[in-house]
Amino acid sequence: MEVLFSLLIGLFFAVAIYLMMSKYTVRILLGIVILGNAVNLLLFTAGRLTREVPPIIGAGLDALPAGAANPLPQALILTAIVISFSFFAFLLVLAYRAYQELGTDNTDEMRLAEPGDEPLPPLGY
Amino acid sequence: MAAPTSTPVDLSAALVLAPATFADWLVVLPVALMLGAGAALMMIRHRIDLHGLLAVPALALLVLIDAALLWKVWSGGPVTMTMGRWLPPFGIAFTVDLFGAVMALVAALAALAGGIYALRDIDTSGRRYGFFPFLLLLMAGVTGAFVTGDVFNLYVWFEVLLISSFGLLILGSEREQIDGALKYAILNLLGTTLFLIGVGYLYAIFGTLNMADIATKAADHRGSAPTITLGALFVLAFAMKAAAFPVNFWLPASYHTPRIVVSALFGGLLTKVGIYALIRIMVMLFPVEREELSLVIAISAALTMLLGALGALAQNDLRRLAGYLVIAGIGNMMAGVAIGTEPGVSGAILYALHSMVAMTALYLVTGEAARLGGSFSLAALGGLYVRSPWFTAASFILFLAVAGLPPFLGLWPKVALLKAALDIGAWWLAASILVSAFIVTLALGRVFLLAYWRPRADDAPPAPRASMTIVLPIAGLVAFSVVFGLFPESLIGLSQAAAEGLADPSAYIRSVFPGGAPIPAGGAP
Repeated sequence: MEVLFSLLIGLFFAVAIYLMMSKYTVRILLGIVILGNAVNLLLFTAGRLTREVPPIIGAGLDALPAGAANPLPQALILTAIVISFSFFAFLLVLAYRAYQELGTDNTDEMRLAEPGDEPLPPLGY
Repeated sequence: MAAPTSTPVDLSAALVLAPATFADWLVVLPVALMLGAGAALMMIRHRIDLHGLLAVPALALLVLIDAALLWKVWSGGPVTMTMGRWLPPFGIAFTVDLFGAVMALVAALAALAGGIYALRDIDTSGRRYGFFPFLLLLMAGVTGAFVTGDVFNLYVWFEVLLISSFGLLILGSEREQIDGALKYAILNLLGTTLFLIGVGYLYAIFGTLNMADIATKAADHRGSAPTITLGALFVLAFAMKAAAFPVNFWLPASYHTPRIVVSALFGGLLTKVGIYALIRIMVMLFPVEREELSLVIAISAALTMLLGALGALAQNDLRRLAGYLVIAGIGNMMAGVAIGTEPGVSGAILYALHSMVAMTALYLVTGEAARLGGSFSLAALGGLYVRSPWFTAASFILFLAVAGLPPFLGLWPKVALLKAALDIGAWWLAASILVSAFIVTLALGRVFLLAYWRPRADDAPPAPRASMTIVLPIAGLVAFSVVFGLFPESLIGLSQAAAEGLADPSAYIRSVFPGGAPIPAGGAP
């Protein structure tokens, strides 16, 4: 089970990194979504994978039964999903605004903040 | 990764049964105040005339609380508060030691200066976009990162400050801002995602995310787990947040685009949070791994400070110049982390304190220079000395402080770092600190020559007199540099004690686990 998940996470990371190397903001954004999911799966696998025993402490017991699923990574992932989802929403709007304002989704052509022809400081007066 | 403990856990050992004491509340109060005040300002978003009047007292209160917290930690050692009555490592703990407390206090001072400056500088449309709520939430994130004792919680505070910084960065929605913000947002999100990957591996190896718990367990896991890989991931993630070479190119692309007071707060605070996390994780939790990676960190540090200084020399726009000076400072702090001895880390902490104040002041001075001279361009500026001799004197002091020349605060961290570098025989690191400082002096000297000293050709109408909201923050921050430059003993003592607390975190661990070793956690291997 862990091996399968590791392979799947590796595939996710490969796809995400490939997409993020692109010049175009839409592909970069898709890469970021997949990267976020890869990390969530990684967190999930890090907390070991068991599905037989739910993480519930039975009546009269003090601790979880042996081999119970680990609830903590799920709490971590829940937080990470919420955060990455809100960031992705913001980035989508930002990328769309950038396309509207700058007229391009090619990051090579986005040179407004760093113009290529900016003059050097004067050498003297 | 391992079966949970089969021994029954005594619940009375896992729960806080006593009521929270005053000292406990002091730990969470800075964060709670900023979150509460930020939320309150959001609720009264239609009364933007009240925003500044409420935000500045809230920031002043934050300074007072952080000062009380620092006094408490200084006199009694690290303080811990546990959330939701569950004792660590089960519950999330906020633990403040000297390092976190002093960083939080100086950050609050810089934020207060920024808040006062913003009273006049941020216009109605900026307020309507929510400048003050974002500022308070940003401070909640910054302070939370400084006081938390849990690695995942640190990640959450990183995200809180990141999303507030997005809001501040695009305040006004100008075209340059959107261009800069896109690069800033994507690369910073990537940096925090790398941090999250590190957190995942950390949990897989240690079965806990509590810093004190990790510090006690790190020695047991070194032989059997890929801790160097983990350390490398953390170094990369925090170097990206701190804008260290070669992952720093988002900073010069974006830091000059927002309102000047936003630039000031970013340049002063955000990169230092990255440095804080780097020191906290690598020096306190993984000292052996830091030692292994020290050469990589040192090379990155040397290149960062040289790139920053050379970049500053090549800029015509004052704001972009200031951005490169932020990067040069990051190189110096990274050098302290690379040296890793107690004097080295203490030098890095002292530099971070100096840099928070000096970089905030530098951007504010840049804004005032542009207000007086009508431009950010070195080619167009001139004659500021004639227009305002007092402002020129303040700027001159600040430039000396940033360049690290005596008798101001910038000198002492550089001296400490140089001595620490020479003590371990890293002469090339010491040389790069000196060369970088020399080039920064050249760059700032030229700014002074061109913008202040050069006679102005045209007779532009004089700008209106500076109001108190401009004079007070600049004078206050410059006075900080002067006073602690002339009498540095207290700050040096603080940063040395903070570095001692990181090198030997036994007091930190005792504060989290007063009863000695932690009870085994459910996921512990």
